[in-house]
This record gives sequence, C-alpha cells and structure tokens, in this order.
Amino acid sequence: MLFEQILFFLAAAGALAGAVGVVVLRNPFFSVLALVGHLLALAVLFLLLRAEFLAAAQVVVYAGAVMVLYVFVVAYVGGIEEPLGPSAGSLRVLGPVFAAALLVEVAIATVGSGLRAVDSAGPDVTAGFGSPQAIGNLLMLRFLIAFEVASYLLLVAAVAAVVLARRRRGLEEAGGERVYQVGRRPERGPQAADPAAAGTGSPGAEPVGEREPADEAGPAEREPATAGTGASRED
Amino acid sequence: MGIAWFVVLSAFIFSIGAAGVLTRRNPLVILLCLELMLNAGNLALIAFARAYGNGDGQVFALVVMVVAACEVVIGLGLIVAMYRNKLPIDADQMSELRG
Repeated sequence: MLFEQILFFLAAAGALAGAVGVVVLRNPFFSVLALVGHLLALAVLFLLLRAEFLAAAQVVVYAGAVMVLYVFVVAYVGGIEEPLGPSAGSLRVLGPVFAAALLVEVAIATVGSGLRAVDSAGPDVTAGFGSPQAIGNLLMLRFLIAFEVASYLLLVAAVAAVVLARRRRGLEEAGGERVYQVGRRPERGPQAADPAAAGTGSPGAEPVGEREPADEAGPAEREPATAGTGASRED
Repeated sequence: MGIAWFVVLSAFIFSIGAAGVLTRRNPLVILLCLELMLNAGNLALIAFARAYGNGDGQVFALVVMVVAACEVVIGLGLIVAMYRNKLPIDADQMSELRG
C-alpha cells in the first residue's frame, strides 16, 4: 500500500512536470520530449489502476508511434521558436485565467459528484481485470460496433492524411510525366512483343535482353571493387 | 490509492492542456496540448473503470486513443500542407477564415 502511494506520487509528479513542460518549453522539439515523459508517467498510473493492456498500448502506440510522427514533423517543419508577439497579449493573460476556471469547474464536477466509489480505492477486482483477454472480450462481444467504427475512422484518417500532405504541384508534374511514359510504352510494347509473337524464330532477342542488365551491372560491380582497392591502397 | 486522487490529477492535466491550447501560437504545440487534454480524459476514464470494477471505461479509453491518433495524423498533415504552401506556422497569422 505504501509502495503504491509512493509510486502514485512519483508518477503524478512526472505527469504534471511533463504537462507543464509541454506548455512552457518554447522549442517544439523539447515539448515533444516532455510529452513522451508525460505519457510514460501516465502509463505507470494506468498500471496502478490495473489497466495493464492500456498501459502497454500507451507506451507502444503513443510514446512510440505517435511521438515518432511528431518528431518527424518537427524535424521537417523546423523547430520554430515562437516569438512572444504583442498580438497574443490579451489572450496570454486571459488563457491561464480560463484554464484555472476550468480546473475549478472540472474538479467540482468530478470530485463533488455523488459517486461513493470515488473516495475508496475501488472494489476488489479479479486477476484478469484489464488484461488483453478481458479487453478483447469486451471489444468483440459488447463493443463490436464501436470497434468497427474506430477502424473505419482510422482508414478515413489515413486517406485524408495522404490527400492533405501530398505535394500538389509536384504531383501534377509527376502526372504529366506518367502520361508521357504511358504514351511511350505501347511503342516499345509491340516491338518487344513482336519477336515473341512471331514465335521462337528469333531466340537471340531474349539473350540480348538478358545480357544488357548484366553489362549494366558489370561496371557497377567493378566500381566498388576499384573503390575498395583504392581504399585499401590508401590504407 | 483513492480514485479521487487520480480524478484530481486528471483535472489538473486537462487544465494545463487547456491553458496551452489557449496561450500557445505554434500549431504543433497546440496539437501537443490537445494530446494532453485527451490523455487527461483517458486517465479519468480508466480511474472510473477502476471505481466501477468493470472494463467498459478501458474500452472507451482505447477508442479515445484511436481518435487521438486520427487527430494527430490530420493535424500533422495540415501542418505539413501549411509548410509546403509557405504559409506561416503561426496560429495567430492563420486568420484568413476569420469573417
């Protein structure tokens, strides 16, 4: 029990520090790293609440995959340190006030609710509570529609991300090239197909076709070899 | 540990995330603060699942994780599109839709 309390306060301090770090740090890259720490601390809290599968999913999916996506985008866009401009002056004062009001309201709404179980540590649960088996049973038996809708949502989001993040002008140019190539390929097609259609009367066509890649691969193989010998000579 | 501790912690994290959404100007950081708010909701859901002793809240939290992943993908796609079109990565200057 004492161990649980110590672990809770450590993880809660870590989660709060990570959350404050996300908001306060001015470099977005450090904000992402603070959020990773926050998510790991939250996973510990999930374990304290007997949600083993969700703790694992939090670490693997959130702190792993989603944060990697964030880091890639931050590296791509560039860590822009936002200026403390005067345009955000009034909001910069009002924002924390609104947030404090929200904190008071949410705390009253949750802790002041009539839930008797909130004051206790929760009822005794069976050993399999929160295991992948229990979650899978619930997903497949009671929440099947939510599960399917979530999968459709993921599909729609993936398609939307591809549509949003594509390079539009670049795609038009690539499309033009593709039309040009498509127009050229049928010219090659009949020439390549004619000897085959004419029968095996010209068997030399295929070995030539096989020889060309071999000739292309030849210099490519030779160059690393010479480079290797050159490097060895330098050594 | 009492469930109330977890719920109060979740309220704190939610409010910190809301403060970040209200004060920060970089859309990337605004998305991160939205993640904070969603995670606070997750923590409250799992705490209440523990309070009731059944796993429904945990399934709900799992669905929230899916929604958060979708939101991240769309948001980051928007930011990359803004960057490609050489728009300023600043929530205050992106005001063309303001009436």
